[in-house]
Amino acid sequence: MKRNAIGRNLRIAFFVLPGLSIVVVFIVLPLFMSLFNSLYEWRSTTRGAYVGMENFRRIFAQFPYQERFFNALGNNVRWFLVTMLVQNVLGLSFGYFLSNGIPGSKVFQRVFFIPVLFSIVAVGFLWRLYLNPNQGLINVLLRAVGLDGLAKPWLGEAEIATFVIIAVNIWRWLGFPILVFYAAINNVPNECIEAAHLDGARESTVFFRVILPLIVPAMTIITVLTMIGSLNVFEQVYTMAGLTGNPFYATDTLGTLFYRTAFGGVDTGIPEIGVGSAIGVVIYLLTLLCSLGSILGFRTRETEL
Amino acid sequence: MITEFRYRGSSALRKAVYALVELLMVTYAIMVLYPLFNMFMSSLKSTREMFQHPFALPTEWMFENYRAVWVEGRFGRYIWNSVSVTLVSMVIVVLFGSMAAFGIARYRYKLSTPIYLLFLSGIMLPLKAAIIPLFLIVRNLQLLDSHVALVCVFAAMGLPSTVFILAGFMRTIPRDLEDAARIDGSNDFGIYRRVIIPLSAPSIALVTIYNTVPIWNDFFFPLVFIRQDTLKTLPVGISSFFGQYQIHWELVFTALSIAILPMLVLYLFMSRYFIKGITAGAIK
Repeated sequence: MKRNAIGRNLRIAFFVLPGLSIVVVFIVLPLFMSLFNSLYEWRSTTRGAYVGMENFRRIFAQFPYQERFFNALGNNVRWFLVTMLVQNVLGLSFGYFLSNGIPGSKVFQRVFFIPVLFSIVAVGFLWRLYLNPNQGLINVLLRAVGLDGLAKPWLGEAEIATFVIIAVNIWRWLGFPILVFYAAINNVPNECIEAAHLDGARESTVFFRVILPLIVPAMTIITVLTMIGSLNVFEQVYTMAGLTGNPFYATDTLGTLFYRTAFGGVDTGIPEIGVGSAIGVVIYLLTLLCSLGSILGFRTRETEL
Repeated sequence: MITEFRYRGSSALRKAVYALVELLMVTYAIMVLYPLFNMFMSSLKSTREMFQHPFALPTEWMFENYRAVWVEGRFGRYIWNSVSVTLVSMVIVVLFGSMAAFGIARYRYKLSTPIYLLFLSGIMLPLKAAIIPLFLIVRNLQLLDSHVALVCVFAAMGLPSTVFILAGFMRTIPRDLEDAARIDGSNDFGIYRRVIIPLSAPSIALVTIYNTVPIWNDFFFPLVFIRQDTLKTLPVGISSFFGQYQIHWELVFTALSIAILPMLVLYLFMSRYFIKGITAGAIK
């Protein structure tokens, strides 16, 4: 019996350990190293004295980190809100109408996922070209239909630049929530919908009262992934507005600020590993708290059949 | 699939909503297909035409551009780097991921939930936020400027979602199938290889596309880990292209077209399984 148990444990270890060790070394260990590093003073890449919460104090209360940090965080919040409101609402409604067999749904399903295949480098290059103030496709089209007033330097105006980059990102990612909601709605048992229908419910009632409560798990996944994505925006800003979030930090995010701190230096021009790690830890904590919060929040709304 | 019901109150309003959604979908489809088309057309233009008529069709087709990018732009090199890094990372992700999912979903033991949660934590712990310690680890292992560093990080990036999706699916496979194979004399590895893996095929297709695309396209980690030009992968290679060919935009388009082609082919090949995989309840 005992030898059997050992053999069984060895077999489980054989299956689980290779993957687990990669995750531990490259995901879990760096988390603890970030926590540890953020508590020390750093000279370039050499660790100095223990300074406690000093690096965190600098982010929250010292020039120029404080300004940059809250400016960047504000943009991350914008990313989250706009993505939830526009991308996920569109994703949910497109997913619903696709599973309802709207004409052309088979073709749409395949086409909508194509932008996800583009590399961010391609997306940045293409859209910077289309958004070019003079010869860009967007302004050319606007002028062609007589809306000259709307043509503007899309990426050059501080008030709109972030929203323009978010819009491009929505263009790129919309296919993903569409597919997830499409699949979730398809998995709603037909009997439920049929029963509601026989009771004389309208289509909108069926959607809000029967389908929505049954696809809460899909909504949880999409919300959590949107949070994680919004807190970790980097490439989109880097390829469309540069590392400093042009124009003048208007499009800066925690990701670009973090990168500049860790590798370029915000203050002095040299890598700031201490403050950088502290920003990394803040990103970790925000991601973890927000996603756990929404998982727990949604759990109370889950409906079992 | 929701079968067609004739809803009560199938009013003008309902028809209007459907027409509006159809219009939105067609608009989005055009917004998706046009840039793709535009990219391939631009890749076949001459420099002069690119600037004079950026949105028109090419009048003379410059297939020569592809040769130029491939040979002079060191594209063969970047492609080879991307293919080998993506391939090795994906073999590790799918093999180790499916094994871990099997070890978590098909055995009952105390540690199975904590191990599962450890993998899941990887979804919520963004790797990019760990770039400083990752950089230090990679530097201390003397792996800076090497593909091994990229493969390790990409494997870590892909494993959590893979285990999440595959373990979720493998839990739904009935025990009887496993017992039948055991009576036929299969050992645990045989059950994994001959029973569970074939049955998980749709989910594995889903996991493959879900992870291959971000790994192939990843820009961040090669940007940090790779300095030497001959070791760069496609996205970073292309971005260094921008400076080099500032006045030859058609060549940049050629480069971008070459870069997306493998992903398009993979997607078109696997999209049926991919959509089936999602619908099969892998994401629940």
